[in-house]
Amino acid sequence: MSHSAHRLGVVAESAPGETRVAATPATVPQLVSLGYEVIVESGAGRRSGFTDDAYARAGARIAGHDETWDADVVLKVNAPTPDEIAALHDGATLVSLIGPAANAGLVDALARRPITVLAMDAVPRVSRAQALDVLSSMANIAGYRAVIEAAHAFGRLFTGQVTAAGKVPPAKVLVAGAGVAGLAAIATATSLGAVVRATDPRPEVAEQVRSLGAEFLDVGVAQEASTDGYARETSRDYDRRAAELYAEQAADVDIVVTTALIPGRPAPRLLTADHVARMRPGSVIVDMAAAQGGNVEGTRPGEAVVTGNGVTIIGYTDLAGRLPAQASQLYGTNVVNLMKLLTPGKDGRLVLDFDDVVQRAMTVVRDGEKTWPPPPVPVSAAPAPAAPSAPVQGTAAAPAGRPPSPPGRRRHLVTAAVAAALFLLTAFSPNALIEHVTVFVLSIVIGYYVIGNVHHALHTPLMSITNAISGIIVVGALLQIGQGDTVVAVLSFVAILLASVNIVGGFAVTRRMLGMFTRS
Amino acid sequence: MTLATAAQAAYIVAALLFILSLAGLSKHETARSGVVLGVSGMVIALAATVVLAADGGEAMAVVLLLAAMAIGAAVGLWRARIVEMTAMPELIAVLHSFVGLAAVLVGWNGFLEVENGGGAQAEVPGSLLGIHHAEVSIGVFIGALTFTGSVVAFLKLSARIDSRPMMLPGKNALNLGALAAFAVLTVLFVISPNLGLLVALSAVALLLGWHLVASIGGGDMPVVVSMLNSYSGWAAAASGFLLDNNLLIVTGALVGSSGAYLSYVMCQAMNRSFISVIAGGFGIEAGPAGDHDYGEHREITATETADLLKEAKSVVITPGYGMAVAQAQYPVADLTRKLRERGVEVRFGIHPVAGRLPGHMNVLLAEAKVPYDIVLEMDEINDDFATTSVVLVIGANDTVNPGAVEDPDSPIAGMPVLRVWEAENVVVFKRSMATGYAGVQNPLFFRHNSRMLFGDARQRVEEIVSAL
Repeated sequence: MSHSAHRLGVVAESAPGETRVAATPATVPQLVSLGYEVIVESGAGRRSGFTDDAYARAGARIAGHDETWDADVVLKVNAPTPDEIAALHDGATLVSLIGPAANAGLVDALARRPITVLAMDAVPRVSRAQALDVLSSMANIAGYRAVIEAAHAFGRLFTGQVTAAGKVPPAKVLVAGAGVAGLAAIATATSLGAVVRATDPRPEVAEQVRSLGAEFLDVGVAQEASTDGYARETSRDYDRRAAELYAEQAADVDIVVTTALIPGRPAPRLLTADHVARMRPGSVIVDMAAAQGGNVEGTRPGEAVVTGNGVTIIGYTDLAGRLPAQASQLYGTNVVNLMKLLTPGKDGRLVLDFDDVVQRAMTVVRDGEKTWPPPPVPVSAAPAPAAPSAPVQGTAAAPAGRPPSPPGRRRHLVTAAVAAALFLLTAFSPNALIEHVTVFVLSIVIGYYVIGNVHHALHTPLMSITNAISGIIVVGALLQIGQGDTVVAVLSFVAILLASVNIVGGFAVTRRMLGMFTRS
Repeated sequence: MTLATAAQAAYIVAALLFILSLAGLSKHETARSGVVLGVSGMVIALAATVVLAADGGEAMAVVLLLAAMAIGAAVGLWRARIVEMTAMPELIAVLHSFVGLAAVLVGWNGFLEVENGGGAQAEVPGSLLGIHHAEVSIGVFIGALTFTGSVVAFLKLSARIDSRPMMLPGKNALNLGALAAFAVLTVLFVISPNLGLLVALSAVALLLGWHLVASIGGGDMPVVVSMLNSYSGWAAAASGFLLDNNLLIVTGALVGSSGAYLSYVMCQAMNRSFISVIAGGFGIEAGPAGDHDYGEHREITATETADLLKEAKSVVITPGYGMAVAQAQYPVADLTRKLRERGVEVRFGIHPVAGRLPGHMNVLLAEAKVPYDIVLEMDEINDDFATTSVVLVIGANDTVNPGAVEDPDSPIAGMPVLRVWEAENVVVFKRSMATGYAGVQNPLFFRHNSRMLFGDARQRVEEIVSAL
């Protein structure tokens, strides 16, 4: 290939109903600053509300369909159609959602061309890669939209009110699955004033659920903590107990949002037709897993259906796309972050580094060679026990400095050893010494507690004042000076002099320092 | 009430006042009254002791002791008045060495009065003689260790000797050997106290103190100084045991545990164990600065920095030892005032081990009249960097190194650092591209949001102030 900068083509989406676009006027300058020439297909941003003009002003060149698809790197949202795959030139790179686990046929079709394909939805769950994780950014928007759709279809207020015209009870919302989408749905529903409950087989998310103001419904059957940050299939015991829980809740709540997905498998069935039948008329179910087969019996992907007992089941598969400007912006930012990773030289040249687990995992096809599935990534997002309120905070760069020793046990051992030593020392001492040891030990403890609260800014004055009072050693020399011969007197004289410098100097300099500290 | 019981009562009051004094120093609001309490405690203790000494002693001794105190007080006042705040670490080290030396002298006196006096002495009953021998030996040992350690710390801090760690072969063996020798000498001394043994013991302690501090590098000085502070306390406490004086024991223990606590805080701030700091030699084996391509750093001029600051909504300044070296605290305070007048929010982020003394940066900024309520601790400010427009890194390096968080192979991995790189813009004031104390390259300099402003920090800040 030539040494000129690669051309990035931002193509218009062909999927019906798709509103998103892979780059926005806000992300184009960032792509340009990486050294690329950015080409945007005319009309690509129309449905997200971005005009060709806006792209041009941001530094992109507007071009036709064929020229954009002829770019060296094609940025896209949805997986390509067979025609689109054919439109890529040899050696081109395609970046889009692929769904490689579910669409083996698509991956094979891609691998028949001498191209490279990066799947935006195959980002490994390591914290370093969070900035490119489309699934998270889209799920976040979709979770918000799911609640908005539910509120739209639900014929009543979400928030409870006491008005002159009577009391309105708050809506009760059940969110099944507290992943990114579920947490976004919980946050949205609580902020609308609803009473929100949530379930999830992963016990470690309970804290996050509660931090958003919702109640965590524990199924009560032990389920292993997740090791890869994603939920996995549940045990039979768990499923039976969960079904009972859903049956109970279905009769009670007004809104159900289901978000349960297991990577690479059909969505688990959470609500049966029987559960739906128990719900009150007017209730709404949003099945966010509709595209993967649905969590609810009776869901029709892409549609809202009303059941015989008046329950609306919403199975829209384009929830994120229903907020196109923001969805495009987040997707576009994910793409920019990927391009940063792929353009280490910032010279407009895309370099694929297979030693980087993130790049390796996302690459589905390399130069016509199928590279899916990638070797498993040792994920760090796992059950970092304390991840308060931060949904998926991994610790990829976990400091390897000092290995965390089991603090409790070691401390106990040390305490026991010190106590034993002290006991032995004292037990064999004459009485006079015991009194001193008592005073000594208690003073150490007092010192520790007194100093422990000192404000960091006062550490230096603290040192100089402790210095001054350790000049108290002068007392020793004072008592010795008149007691012995000349040598003792001389030594004492020197000691008194030195200690006096310490006392007076220490106090004086402390005073001087403290005088400097002023408030604004 | 006899004179002796009155003195004991005064000692208890003094000890209480010392505790209250330290407690008062924990907050800005009460710090000044803390000093007053400390001074009162000291006055009471000294008055009681002087009366006690004058009561039994001859006139000559009283004159001598008053003269010594007067001279000492005059010297102390003089030094305290003229010391530069940037030279605080040196002053504190010198004062530590005085306590150490005084403890040695008191120990020697104890020996001369009791052990050397032979059967004539009547102070210590026979049954406690063994204990007295041990106390002399321990007191002299700790005192001597503190003395030479503080002297070396002083020399290093005032740049009279090279602050790089001295690397003798088998340094750990030397330290342990010295401790073993101390144990053996103490046992021998308890069995048969004589002058030769005490001299040998003092020599071992002096050498150990010298070697301990000489093998610790300049950047670990906050730990060293607070450790010496702790030692000086233990030395005073040991003298208290020796002299059968509870006031000395209480005060020594207070100072000792406070110094130990500060050392612990400092070690935490570097994510290192106390032992590893004491063993010294940090940053010697880890120097693969050249084998990693960090990319290019970009420079910025003082005028451009001023423009950046004009546009900023919030600014955080993270100073390090370099600010003290360049004496840049005054222009920095000017800059702070100017920016605050323009409505820019200015704050300071202080890493616990910035400078050469715990809290050193705070004192420097206070000296330049930076209000202390905008000077924040690392934990208080670390979450705010993400919303900060401009961070000025002045003379700091390792304490703002992203490698500590992101690179598990970095020699400083796991050390808590100021996350300045999260800010929109970072301007790093530096003399050159040299590595910091730990000898680790700093990837911060090569971040896309970082700019380097080379030159003398004081001059550069003054240029920025005039450009504003």
